[in-house]
Amino acid sequence: MIELDGAVVTAYAPGEARRGAARVVTLLGPVTATLTERRVAVVGANGSGKSTLARLLNGLTLPSAGSVRVDGLDTARDGAAVRRRVGFLFTDPDAQVVMPTPVEDVALSLRRLGVPARERDARAREALGRVGLASRADLPVRALSGGQRQLLALAAVLATEPAVLVCDEPTTLLDLRWRRVVDGLLADLPQQVVQVTHDLDAAARADRVLVVDGGRVVHDGAPGAALDAYRALMAVEPA
Amino acid sequence: MTLLGAHRTARTPLDRAPVGAKLVGLALLGVAVVATRGVPAALVLLGLAVGAAAVAALPPRPTLRGLLPVLVTALLAGAYQAWARGWGPAVEVVADLLTLVLGAAVVTATTPADRLLDALARAARPLRRVGVPPDLVALAVALVLRSVPEIARTVHEVRDAARARGAERDPRVWLTPAVLRVVGRARDLGEALAARGIVD
Repeated sequence: MIELDGAVVTAYAPGEARRGAARVVTLLGPVTATLTERRVAVVGANGSGKSTLARLLNGLTLPSAGSVRVDGLDTARDGAAVRRRVGFLFTDPDAQVVMPTPVEDVALSLRRLGVPARERDARAREALGRVGLASRADLPVRALSGGQRQLLALAAVLATEPAVLVCDEPTTLLDLRWRRVVDGLLADLPQQVVQVTHDLDAAARADRVLVVDGGRVVHDGAPGAALDAYRALMAVEPA
Repeated sequence: MTLLGAHRTARTPLDRAPVGAKLVGLALLGVAVVATRGVPAALVLLGLAVGAAAVAALPPRPTLRGLLPVLVTALLAGAYQAWARGWGPAVEVVADLLTLVLGAAVVTATTPADRLLDALARAARPLRRVGVPPDLVALAVALVLRSVPEIARTVHEVRDAARARGAERDPRVWLTPAVLRVVGRARDLGEALAARGIVD
């Protein structure tokens, strides 16, 4: 269960620090919500604060005020324990994949769990097999397509068996075929999945949708009404 | 093709050799390069590195292509040495640089990153006494190796973009965005490691 209690994220306005009176701007919040549903979608315009919301959930970004708790663990106090429970999938797999080959990258995730060296290779291959990449395990990562790289990033996260998976636009860079593959894999996961997305079809399949606009959650509820509210927001010309 | 940080699966004697032995060999090669003087010694050591690359069955053409940026740097350094100190030191500098990079390429190409990390973490164990986690040291070294081809690729992409706009001759046009992109990638990488809990 994820609990956001008046969570606020602020930052210094860029370019103003030199003048000695840096202005603090609010990027997100305050957000108060308890997320218990298995599938939660977060939609919103570019720059609305939805990625900031996602990053709050595994402690990549800490709240300036309020708190975020995952299964009772506070992201500010228990960051390492929260990250063991909450996996994070980025938009761009190239930002996430660290090692030269798929099997080595998944093994790196297992190393964190303290899996002995002799077991890591087999478990990494098993994790790659679950996302359909068994035959690509030893290829250079650069030889994989964008879709395969996103599957690799997913395998590296799932290998650690997180209780929650937070995905920040995981299909934005993919073509329709790979989008379907990634969507299918995410749909079948036993974990709670919080997915930031611009894909309204994916959002419509969620149990709950949060609409973020101007750093605020402006609608929170079932997909039908939430997506209507989002479409109404998007009907206005951008400033 | 990238030269460093690109392990490929093969079954040569060097692929089967213990990681520790390869790292010690690389360290000894480095010491020999620094400790010896003169063109004959430099050429012998370069011959050793080329021999190791042949035993490791590194593909010649992609390896040469990967060496090209190092070769350009070595030739520039060599040209300066030729002007300042004569041909002998110039040949020595070029040979030494190529020897070190080729030696490192042989080790990374014949060693899976996971095994390299294990060996480096074992070697860094004494640092635990002064509060430095060995796993982090090993990861830092592995990331440096991985970063070399990444940086080369970024520079290549930015130069291509400059060429597409007809401005590749002015280094300012591609150097600034290349540096900014490398720094940006490093920040993204740090963030991804944090998200995966690897640096906790």
